[in-house]
Amino acid sequence: MSAVMSNLALHTAAPVVDAATADGVFSLLWLVIALPALGAAVLLLGGRRTDKWGHWLGVGTVAVSFLLSLVMFFGLVGRDGEDRQVSQHLWTWFTAGSYTVKFDLLYDQLSAVFLLLITGVGGIIHLYSVGYMEHDERRRRFFGYLNLFVASMLTLVLAGDFVGVFLGWEGVGLASYLLIGFWQHKPSAAAAAKKAFVINRVGDIGLSLGSALIFVTFGSTSFAVVSANADKASSGVLTAIGLLLLLAACGKSAQFPLQTWLLDAMEGPTPVSALIHAATMVTAGVYLIVRANFIFSLTEDARTGVVIVGCITLLLGAIIGCAKDDIKKALAGSTMSQIGYMVLAAGLGPAGYALAIFHLLTHGFFKANMFLGAGSVMHGTNDDVNMRHYGALQKAMPVTFATFAIGYLAIIGVPPFAGFWSKDKIIETAFADNFVVGLCALVGAGITAFYMTRLMLMTFVTEKRWEPDVHPHESPRVMTIPLIALAALSALGGFMLLNNWIVDWLSPVVGEHPEEHLGVSPLVMSLIALVVVAIGVAVAWFLVGQRPVPREAPTQVSVVTRAARAELYGDAFNEEVIVKPGYAGIRGLTAFDGSVVDGIVEGTAAAFGGLSNRFRLAQNGFVRSYALAVLSGAALVLLALLAVNFS
Amino acid sequence: MSPTPFIVLSAILFTIGSLGVLTRRNAIVVFMSVELMLNASNLALVTFSRANGNLEGQIAAFFVMVVAAAEVVVGLAIIMTIFRTRRSASVDDASLLKY
Amino acid sequence: MIAFWILAPIMVAAALGLLFARKAVHAALALAVVMISLAVLYAVQDAPFLFAVQIIVYTGAILMLFLFVLMLVGVDASDSIIETIRGQRVASILVGLAFAALLVLGVAQVSFGTVIGLDGANDGGNVPAIAEILFTRYVFAFELTSALLITAALGAMVLAHRERLTPKLTQGDLAAQRMRDYAASGKHPGPLPPPGVFARHNAVDTPALLPDGTAAPGSISRVLAARGTVKSAPEIAEDIKALTGEDSTTTGAANTDAGGQA
Repeated sequence: MSAVMSNLALHTAAPVVDAATADGVFSLLWLVIALPALGAAVLLLGGRRTDKWGHWLGVGTVAVSFLLSLVMFFGLVGRDGEDRQVSQHLWTWFTAGSYTVKFDLLYDQLSAVFLLLITGVGGIIHLYSVGYMEHDERRRRFFGYLNLFVASMLTLVLAGDFVGVFLGWEGVGLASYLLIGFWQHKPSAAAAAKKAFVINRVGDIGLSLGSALIFVTFGSTSFAVVSANADKASSGVLTAIGLLLLLAACGKSAQFPLQTWLLDAMEGPTPVSALIHAATMVTAGVYLIVRANFIFSLTEDARTGVVIVGCITLLLGAIIGCAKDDIKKALAGSTMSQIGYMVLAAGLGPAGYALAIFHLLTHGFFKANMFLGAGSVMHGTNDDVNMRHYGALQKAMPVTFATFAIGYLAIIGVPPFAGFWSKDKIIETAFADNFVVGLCALVGAGITAFYMTRLMLMTFVTEKRWEPDVHPHESPRVMTIPLIALAALSALGGFMLLNNWIVDWLSPVVGEHPEEHLGVSPLVMSLIALVVVAIGVAVAWFLVGQRPVPREAPTQVSVVTRAARAELYGDAFNEEVIVKPGYAGIRGLTAFDGSVVDGIVEGTAAAFGGLSNRFRLAQNGFVRSYALAVLSGAALVLLALLAVNFS
Repeated sequence: MSPTPFIVLSAILFTIGSLGVLTRRNAIVVFMSVELMLNASNLALVTFSRANGNLEGQIAAFFVMVVAAAEVVVGLAIIMTIFRTRRSASVDDASLLKY
Repeated sequence: MIAFWILAPIMVAAALGLLFARKAVHAALALAVVMISLAVLYAVQDAPFLFAVQIIVYTGAILMLFLFVLMLVGVDASDSIIETIRGQRVASILVGLAFAALLVLGVAQVSFGTVIGLDGANDGGNVPAIAEILFTRYVFAFELTSALLITAALGAMVLAHRERLTPKLTQGDLAAQRMRDYAASGKHPGPLPPPGVFARHNAVDTPALLPDGTAAPGSISRVLAARGTVKSAPEIAEDIKALTGEDSTTTGAANTDAGGQA
């Protein structure tokens, strides 16, 4: 722990959540959640009657929620900087002794940007799904699940209480399970859904134990009470809470060591991968850490843990992404890595919270863009995901290529696209904090450039390696319009950093952004980062672009490639360390139950049977034996009488 | 005369009677041992009647005798019936009520 | 008190005799000794009514009933001395001794206080006193006991009743059977001649005479014959002559003159 010391001092105490009551336009806050929830209920309970118009209802609810979010956002902008926290009390959820949990919605600057991201990007993806899932007869159910997801995610970010967050947390976990395993007839999809759910559950232990510890320490789990009293708790307790919340974040955001489910989750339909496993659900972990900043800012040890997890994951995801031939799995590795960046930033304390959210927003734009682009590519190649069967799609699918390229430039961090601004700030802040951390971030940027370039080359640029019956064509307008929208956001998303707007916007929530003391000026830092990126691109150009891409994956590969293909043995590790001992434990328990517990029960019965078998020999049928027993009894009675009388 | 010797005698006779029940195999001899036990308790009753100065004990002894008579009648009739059907007067032969 | 100390050992000895006697009849007789001694002890203890009832009812009726049933069941049957149930004898001796010890111990601990004696209770006589209590306070018990006795008697009758398994032989059946026996084996169908049918005497020990003057073999009990007390006819005639002066050996004509005189 001491090797990764923070150089950034804590200048101010963590800000307290002290919200005003919702009035005016904010009184419609509950509607933002209620509309998608209603949509989900109607679509899932309505059955086949809703098939004809179900998808439009799904799109509509999210669109209206987006409009409401936009209106409320501008309403918040219109208020004073200190006055931007609004709370709407819906009802008291439950009371247990002195513990009351209210279902309150908290709308502040952090929730505002999340609401826009969820409903905005979500709405775009809903529109895309209308076209993508057109040939699926269960499309209506798909939209029902998507709406359920949006409603749960909105609950998660709007809750004013850790228990409310948990409700949303579980809801998005459920929706993720339902959506990953949407194509139920595929055993791989069902297995992937189960894997995602189970690994998420491990993380959920962190959130429930963390909430319990918070309740034990502060007597309440509402953000207002905890943030007001956070400095009164002991550092040990705060560190414990922080680490438990980190565990929860690892599960939901696919960070090390709970990262193995994300690549398998690509079994789900592509819009699902875009919405849930790129833009929103996997960012819930980052949201949790940033929202609980009043705890993390006070405990250096927990933040160190967060930084370590972030560093490991960003390198892990990048390395995995280099060796995957499945376009969706490569993008999933990329997601894992980029969320590692966000977690790393969140672990840097008040210096990094706003940057983590900024990168979260830009990542939402360009990753959703690239996933939808991948979906478009798959649509055009008969749902083939293998990049070795692509090639020269540039000409066949120009819009897809253009939008995908913008997303690509954003993710590798080329100015003036969005990713450059967000990732650069993180690298800067990482170097200001600790050299090793900064180096990890920089190297990660280089590897990102490598694998993304590889992906672009294999898919769009290199010679065509198409399957025999594949005729790639551009996707319909209902799919390309969302792509264009997201590409625009990827290109222009950097404006959020204009005048440090995003940092100032969030500072009432996460604390004042401290001054950094970097060894070099920010400009030099950016140049160094660009050079690293350029090296990554160049390496990919030479290794992948200049050589013919084999149609079958080569088997004679280096150790590193083999390891990367096996996802750095994450699955193997889980299998050996957790699954196999688990099964052995179960077998042992069953054996114990069968032989010991059943043995005791049946043994007792058998013992009684045996005992009675011996005792019945006393019934020999002879009157004289019975008379002897009677006389003995009489003698005993006499003995007792004498004993009582003369004692 | 103190009642103690009479009671001790009664106890001894009772015990001998009970030993007879336990040891003898002829049903009628067993029955006679039971009669011996009843007689021993009659002796105790009469002794205590004299010690307490009222005739309750003698009345009780009287009733014991009458009931013993009835009991002997029925018991011997039973023994005779068993003897007729099973041709044996040994108590050991009536041992069907067993495991 | 002397009576007690004499009778007590006798009683214990008799009781042990009941315990150890091989033959059942000997056991019954030992029990009789015990019962009679008990009656005497009742008399000693100012209970004359019970003394009488003990002898009459217990020894006289109940014990005799025992003897009757012994006779029916098998007077010859004697118990073997070998014990068939394993450990019974030892266990019963031990338990019996323990029981006796406990009883005696218990009794020895008790102090009875002064003996009130029955002089007051027996004021108008023991029997009237008993009668008074019996027919006032215990009259219900008395009536119930009488009902019990009736039931017991009925019960004994029902239990001892034997169902007739073969049809009852009528006189006609018996006569027909006699004829059949005569036809089969020559057995005389009629009743045996009573003694003195063909004789001039009807004494049991005088054989009847057949027409040729010899004694009929079936007319004398074989017991008397075995004892040798059968008198022959000439001996009887001499006895009669000695007693009456008549000569019974002459024929009736000669006797008619003498008989007409006699």
